[in-house]
Amino acid sequence: MIHNQTMIEQRPAPSSSVGAVAWLRTNLFNGPINTIFTLIGLYILYLLVVPTVQWAFINADWVGTTRDDCSREGACWVFINARLSQFIYGLYPSSEIWRANIVFAMFFSLIGWLAIPRLPFKRWVAIFALIVFPVISFVLLYGGYFDLPKVPTHRWGGLMLTLLLATVGMVGALPIGIVLALGRRSNMPIVKSFCVVFIEFWRGVPLITVLFMASVMLPLFLPSDMSVDRLVRALIGLTLFQSAYMAEVIRGGLQAIPKGQEEAAAALGMTYWKRMGLIILPQALKMMIPGIVNTFISLFKDTTLVMIIGLFDLLGIVQAALADSRWLGFSLEGYVFAAFMFWVFCFSMSRYSQYLERKLHTGHKR
Amino acid sequence: MMNKKHLVLLASAGAITLAGVATAQADTLEDTRSRGAIQCGVSDGLPGFSAPDDSGEWQGLDVDVCRAVAAAVLGDADAVNYISLNAVERFTALQSGEVDILSRNTTWTTTRDTTLGLNFTGVNFYDGQGFMVSTDLGITNASELDGAAICIQSGTTTELNLADYFRANGMEFDPIVFDTSEQTVGGFQAGRCDVLTSDTSQLAALRIQLDDPSAAMILPDVISKEPLGPVVRQGDDLWFNIVKWSLYAMINGEEYGVTSENAEEMLSSENPDVARLLGQDGNYGEGMGLEADWAYNILSQVGNYGESFERNVGMGSPLEIERGVNALWNQGGFQYAPPIR
Repeated sequence: MIHNQTMIEQRPAPSSSVGAVAWLRTNLFNGPINTIFTLIGLYILYLLVVPTVQWAFINADWVGTTRDDCSREGACWVFINARLSQFIYGLYPSSEIWRANIVFAMFFSLIGWLAIPRLPFKRWVAIFALIVFPVISFVLLYGGYFDLPKVPTHRWGGLMLTLLLATVGMVGALPIGIVLALGRRSNMPIVKSFCVVFIEFWRGVPLITVLFMASVMLPLFLPSDMSVDRLVRALIGLTLFQSAYMAEVIRGGLQAIPKGQEEAAAALGMTYWKRMGLIILPQALKMMIPGIVNTFISLFKDTTLVMIIGLFDLLGIVQAALADSRWLGFSLEGYVFAAFMFWVFCFSMSRYSQYLERKLHTGHKR
Repeated sequence: MMNKKHLVLLASAGAITLAGVATAQADTLEDTRSRGAIQCGVSDGLPGFSAPDDSGEWQGLDVDVCRAVAAAVLGDADAVNYISLNAVERFTALQSGEVDILSRNTTWTTTRDTTLGLNFTGVNFYDGQGFMVSTDLGITNASELDGAAICIQSGTTTELNLADYFRANGMEFDPIVFDTSEQTVGGFQAGRCDVLTSDTSQLAALRIQLDDPSAAMILPDVISKEPLGPVVRQGDDLWFNIVKWSLYAMINGEEYGVTSENAEEMLSSENPDVARLLGQDGNYGEGMGLEADWAYNILSQVGNYGESFERNVGMGSPLEIERGVNALWNQGGFQYAPPIR
């Protein structure tokens, strides 16, 4: 067969169907109704964004040390600047802040090491992070050893305290939660009923009640010469509370694993712990990532409730700073800063969990 | 059935309170000495009374009471651990021994003094509920407020006092209730009400938060009595005396003109009152288990009451509260300390 007709040269698509113009036409201006909605939407956006940008950036005051350096036409970031170290370390003595800095540096590098897949020795780093790091942090932050002056926990605060509460809560709640979830599915009546009662009790009371009980009632029951540090009380309350939620998330994941998996493992002669550790939990935990991260994020935000028992977490220290008579009237700046910090941490957790899901999606991807 | 349950609850609550009081009858002075610091219960942030400053140190009128006690007992005004307490847990913290002194803008009332196992040691600020009005209104005293729209913060005794005052004077008012102090100021600023009511110590702090503080004024009328003072546990009279006289030493210091600057020169003063106060003539700390220089330590490290007032809430601070009834007795106020002799 002979082609005597020359093929038409390949031509670019018409400009109305590619590029920005086409995208705008198909997504924003296809038809009169959508065009009207788009215009209304743009107008609302304009009304919101322009004053915000003007307040937060254009009219804002950035440099200075006192309230007199603020024109009050826009945001007074001078306030945040002057208080930044307090927002991060709380009332930690300024001569000892290097200790908190070392802990911060170790904390973030350990998290980074564990989160970046290329880096080697994961197992050893994890063991270090779970066993050695808490001891080092305690010695550094609390002091009392190696000639380090003691810094009592009521001076801890700010972002440091928020991260401490959240990390201890998460690291403590996950293993307790796994044990409780397995216990609740167990056939042993005492173990099972203990786990059910524990989970239902802690899920049945609001966190604020737990914290109040720990701070108001507990001291009255204990003899006066025995006092449990209020930070420790809050940590225990928070961990037990979260572990109950974690247990239910994990139980949900366990139920999604077909029974055949466990039976097959049993047929191979595996013991209970081997079946769980090698077959069931690795599959279940992978599916539970969104649920677990959800619980972590809500725990991170719940830490602000410790404010009501007089601990200055990030939000608490911002509010305390608002009561300084030299800085009255900058509450908006303070709250915007606190919201931004919380968003940064929660958003990073959320993104990392999505990355983890993609990485572990073997076999269950939809 | 319901009643029985209630009784059991009440009884156990009572038992807890009693147990708390009974177990906490330790020797507070000895405890603080062995600890090397005083446990001081303060608020979680109240302008002028207790709030951390830029460098993280607690400042305020209430804070100075604890600093004074630390100076008297330990010779170092900085030997204080501040425990911030909210309104609910403040008395429990004191009863259970978590704090040695509660210095947290606490109003002295019969109920608190007689039923909680606590003792008020004196008054470091005579507060009372007042009114802030916009200067445009041309109002000069509270009797002209008939029919006014009034901004109040909810859940405080302020609401009750306000209703009592207006009923007693046969006037009408229109309450506009807000949840937090910031919202209350916002409501006043936006013109939702003509008048804002709160304790006078707080009105000053709220006024600063307005865009134009000079557009509002605080009326001279005060419609309630709110004497604020430090509190200690019942059953430790020695400690009670120490806290009481630490405050009196500050007030006497102002009366005799002893300040943090001139305290050292005053040691050689001929005035017998000053000599007794500063421990140059006799040892008046002995009865409290303290050294003779207890009051000298207070006045040189913390300053006298007037200095503390000016620095924290008075003209030397952004709050600019007038001395008013908090002036000394010989200057038209209520602050009167028994003599040291």
